[in-house]
Amino acid sequence: MNIREEFPMLSKNIIYFDNGATTFKPQMVIDEICDYYKNYSANAHRGDYNISLKTDMMYENARKKIKDLINASSAEEIIFTSGATEGLNMVVEGFFGKILKENDEILLTKSEHASNILPWFRLCKKNKCKIKYIDLDENYKVTLDNVQKAVSSNTKVISLAHITNVVGDIRPIKEIVEYAHSLGILVVVDGAQSVPHMKVDVQDLDCDFLAFSGHKMCGPTGIGVLYGKFDLLDSMEPYNLGGGMNLSFSSTGEVEYKSLPQRLEAGTPNIAGAIGMGAAADYLKILDLDKIHEYEVKLREYLVMKLKALDNIEVYNESSESGIVAFNIKNIFSQDTAIYLNDYNICVRAGSHCAKILKDELEIKNTCRISLYFYNTKEEIDKLISVLKNSDTLFNQIL
Amino acid sequence: MDANLRRSIILDNYQNPINRGLIDEEGYIKVNANNESCIDELNFIIKIKDNIIEDIRFDGEACAIATSAASVMIKALIHKNVDEALNIINNYENMINEKNYDSKILGEANAYDEIYKQPNRKKCALLSWSNLKNALEQFKKNN
Ligand SMILES: Cc1ncc(COP(=O)(O)O)c(C=O)c1O
Repeated sequence: MNIREEFPMLSKNIIYFDNGATTFKPQMVIDEICDYYKNYSANAHRGDYNISLKTDMMYENARKKIKDLINASSAEEIIFTSGATEGLNMVVEGFFGKILKENDEILLTKSEHASNILPWFRLCKKNKCKIKYIDLDENYKVTLDNVQKAVSSNTKVISLAHITNVVGDIRPIKEIVEYAHSLGILVVVDGAQSVPHMKVDVQDLDCDFLAFSGHKMCGPTGIGVLYGKFDLLDSMEPYNLGGGMNLSFSSTGEVEYKSLPQRLEAGTPNIAGAIGMGAAADYLKILDLDKIHEYEVKLREYLVMKLKALDNIEVYNESSESGIVAFNIKNIFSQDTAIYLNDYNICVRAGSHCAKILKDELEIKNTCRISLYFYNTKEEIDKLISVLKNSDTLFNQIL
Repeated sequence: MDANLRRSIILDNYQNPINRGLIDEEGYIKVNANNESCIDELNFIIKIKDNIIEDIRFDGEACAIATSAASVMIKALIHKNVDEALNIINNYENMINEKNYDSKILGEANAYDEIYKQPNRKKCALLSWSNLKNALEQFKKNN
């Protein structure tokens, strides 16, 4: 079967190029979620009756599927969160909040997503630690060389997107981790844009934490995963306290927490979400993430070649290796372009894409972003190109 | 208003907006206008003397509707006294929000009389006007 037929949203006559924001869901993911709500809707870790036992099994199975997806060494290292944002906040507050002190340094870049910057800003106010930005090269990329230049004896952690959501560059995480670890520096990876699009092996990368979201990888919204090395997660302060994460507590205030992963998952979890995300992990495994990446790189090359052939288009990230392409129609504000494309049922994102300090580097603040996924096609790109080619009438259309 | 005239007013004001570029001079009040639901970001400065709006200038990045509306607004409000200006703004807001308004006092601003048909663009059309209104009301309170 053609994979496009597995996605109900792809039969709606729209061209969807905003996969960096969220992705469509295949029927098998939708079916898994419905199955939970229709056939065994119970709480997890609670009851002694059959449907609850089934829920437990399915929820923990989903954890194993995610463990396999990123090749973690154990399922205890997989913590379900509400998304990449929550995962990053948990690490910053619950782990680094406990250990960073005055003058300790955190290395970031200016192309990080807000969720990998703002939690650090807050921590710096509280703990009086400092943020330093790794310089980007002329293609807005991170090089090991520039990481080494930014590191000082005060550096305690490097926190980077694996793939950034505006420039789409793939960071050399493995090399950075190797170098950082040689100096006792920890590395946090924001995998929101990488886990859905390429094989990410946490043991191979050897990163200390990895956060990502279900909805950007064909799964449901409201669910994500925080991976961490067991000992690090084990020393983390739980962000939320409540049911499901404690073994016992007394009226005098003594509490005993459960072990991982339950300790970091207080309250009723997003059970349907976790099961749906597990199904999405299966789906991506079947398609093969190496093949997905290869296809997206080819499709991107085609898109960039076609865009560059138009003299009214400026492309900002030609040399990136992911399915993310940032462009503008010359002299047209990005939002006007997006509104124009919407007239042809083409969905692109306009704006600064939650990377509000990247403008310091890019000189241009707002761009249109196309973010491809494996279900996009050359035919869709051809349609986009013909619409962009004929855009002299843009204002006649949108005004 | 005729569709071609409407479009040419908006386009002229977008491509050649009046008073674009801020200046660093005494006597100006600063007003920032950010559109929370999209990416428009405009900054204004206003100079009011003896209750008359002597100058309004702006800069920033925004879509065609928001940028042109800023230019059209500046033309409509400059040299008016604060109450006249507020009256024009109220009529403009009424037009955008499909309430009764006096089109005679709106001049070029009538070009936005059909924005209500694109609800997601109303905010763009209102951005500068609503922020200027707040600033003028604040000015009245303080003076
Ligand atoms: C690089 C990056 N990090 C983090 C996030 C946040 O993901 P979520 O909103 O699913 O928590 C995004 C989402 O746009 C992203 O692109």
